[in-house]
Amino acid sequence: MTTLTKQPDPGLSVPRGPRKSRKRGKPSDGFRGIGDLKVALFFIAPAMVGLILFYLVPTIRGIYLSFTEYSILGDPEWIGARNYERIAKDPLFWNALGVTSEYVVINIVLQTALALGLAILMHRVAKSTLIRGALLMPYLMANVIAALLWFWMLDYQIGIINQIIEWTGLPRVAFFGSEQWAIPTQALINTWRHMGYTALLIFAGLQAIPNSVYEAASIDGSKAVSTFWRITLPLLRPVLVLVLVVTVIGSFQVFDTVAVTTAGGPVNATRVLQFYIYQRAFNEQDFGYGSALAVILFLILAIVAFIQMKFLRGNQSDLD
Amino acid sequence: MMNKKAFGAVAVAAAAALALSACSGGSAGGDAAKGEINYWLWDANQLPAYQQCAADFTKANPDITVKITQTGWDDYWSKITNGMASGTAPDVFTDHLSKYPDFLKTKQLVPLDDAVTKDKVELSQYNEGLADLWVGQDGKRYGLPKDWDTIALFYNQKMATDAGITPEQMGSLNWNPQDGGTYEKAIARLTVDKNGKRGDEAGFDKNNVAVYGLGLPGSDAENAGQTQWSYLSATTGWTTTDKNPWGTHFNYDDEKLQDTIDWWASLAAKGYMPKLETTVGANAADNFGAGKAAINSNGSWMIGQYTGYKGIDVGIAPTPQGPDGKRASMFNGLADSIWAGTKKKDASIKWVEYLGSAACQDVVASKAVVFPAITTSSEKAADAFKAKNVDVSAFTQHVKDKTTFMLPITDNAAKVAGIMKPAMDAVIAGKSPASSLTAANEQVNALFK
Repeated sequence: MTTLTKQPDPGLSVPRGPRKSRKRGKPSDGFRGIGDLKVALFFIAPAMVGLILFYLVPTIRGIYLSFTEYSILGDPEWIGARNYERIAKDPLFWNALGVTSEYVVINIVLQTALALGLAILMHRVAKSTLIRGALLMPYLMANVIAALLWFWMLDYQIGIINQIIEWTGLPRVAFFGSEQWAIPTQALINTWRHMGYTALLIFAGLQAIPNSVYEAASIDGSKAVSTFWRITLPLLRPVLVLVLVVTVIGSFQVFDTVAVTTAGGPVNATRVLQFYIYQRAFNEQDFGYGSALAVILFLILAIVAFIQMKFLRGNQSDLD
Repeated sequence: MMNKKAFGAVAVAAAAALALSACSGGSAGGDAAKGEINYWLWDANQLPAYQQCAADFTKANPDITVKITQTGWDDYWSKITNGMASGTAPDVFTDHLSKYPDFLKTKQLVPLDDAVTKDKVELSQYNEGLADLWVGQDGKRYGLPKDWDTIALFYNQKMATDAGITPEQMGSLNWNPQDGGTYEKAIARLTVDKNGKRGDEAGFDKNNVAVYGLGLPGSDAENAGQTQWSYLSATTGWTTTDKNPWGTHFNYDDEKLQDTIDWWASLAAKGYMPKLETTVGANAADNFGAGKAAINSNGSWMIGQYTGYKGIDVGIAPTPQGPDGKRASMFNGLADSIWAGTKKKDASIKWVEYLGSAACQDVVASKAVVFPAITTSSEKAADAFKAKNVDVSAFTQHVKDKTTFMLPITDNAAKVAGIMKPAMDAVIAGKSPASSLTAANEQVNALFK
């Protein structure tokens, strides 16, 4: 401590500290640590500033706003838990929860299954970097662009897919317009966009499984299918859990696809939670209510992620 | 994933901006009338006219320049609101009757009374009633009228001729909520299925329609049915609110309205109008232009678009006469308002007064895009339309005959729209009967308690 205060200008330049201590010829561990801390802080600072400015402050302010009535213009007015009481009785909130869950289930089940299949194909069959790279192409497209692209292709009147459907003699399908189809359609679009990326993550996990395990299995006479179920899948578990946690969180936050296509409609069929938050906060200037909805979404995601980590033992590997 | 960040960024921006706007509030006004003013509008069709006005204005006031920004309707209002919060809203902007009450509540607009008195702005030069629409509940004036609009029926003249319907017949339609009157007969007659059978002929296949008698852009509840059903419901004696402006009780539970909506929804079930689910992502006007619908009801601001479709001969018929023997059209008027946070109040007032003057409104009239608010200017606009071979009497007739009623002006407009749109969608989609609007109406009225 005292050495620190004797420094002529502490914190002036980072690399100076350690060099000076060396000159004095008695490098103390404590001093070295503090010098490292400075360097560490220097490198952490950009991320730290970002975290505080764009996550911590808005999160705390969001939680505060959820207990207020606030229209962005004017000052927030403290109303206690009234927003939450209203949410409990709000049919559109429960609708949003149901619609979002439907989306998440369709999106995650399909996406994970397809990605797993693609990952195995990449691992076993498609070894060319070109093909592996091509699988990632949809993911490189902006969400809004992908959504609009499909919005046009699936359009009831002019969409090419409905033209094809009509040629085959089947009736046209209102992919975005009908209440039954609207959510599955959007879930499929995002499955298409994300499965390449998800496959890449799983593929990385596949490569981490040592070949010796497979060799042992084949010596024991295990067939490809049972090898997959008994060796590949269990050893892939930590990666799959990570993938599931990340994709489920992302899936719950679906917004852009809905915002640029159906905007919550038809009726309330695609009024997913994120869109409902946006509607209440930004369209209807009810930022207090919107914030309360956002806090609830935050809690839901925290619980879902916790359950996944806990019960799927995502932080342990069977390889050890 | 992106959203959380965006949310955060906005929240921070808003927080930082609150401090900013608090500062700018104090320094507003009292400055010299010079510098650059920011002016926003949403209609791209009107941009050239107002650019001309801005150039003329700068010529007369060399110290002031006007920077015009055009933003589409969908993003316009959230941009303005966020701008107000962050201190970056335009000094002057085109304002809408359904939106300005919310701005008044939070004191975002500059009252113009002193300026109007001082500069002797003649309020009687505007079409009757337009200037009064911009007087708030506090009795102060928050906008100078710029234009007005009414509703009429755009129809495909060739299709009408083929169906044996004369322009005179189109011009004298009548309607009632029970059997739809001659209006429904015309719509049915103009509907053609894939085999060439008309909607009023035996063997008409309602599931394979090639041309719909009436086009459908959506349930229009978010706009109080302005272009799609208010011209019918109003002829039954129904009004949206208990009083207008500043009503606090909505009447969507009234049988007269519900009968009207039931009739309208029945057109889709009969195959005379597209099903709501097929209209998602579609543009009703463009479908009309593509020959997929014979009639579209729409506002006078759409004249340019409807008459601009190549190869389509467009007729404009007045809205049908209702059970009361009269026609009806919602009457909406836009105005220019000044944001309270402006740092160039005096220059902004000058610009708003210029926008509200015959000098600018005659320029707008000459472009034949909308009807300016000043009576003499709107006559010039009618002449300009005539010079382009467009007969706009179906729109002006409503004003002449005094068959207009005002767009409902209330608080909580965005919240009302948020409740009414899905409710009305469900009815038009054939999912619920119009009586289900009663429940939505209760929700709406609860907003005012």
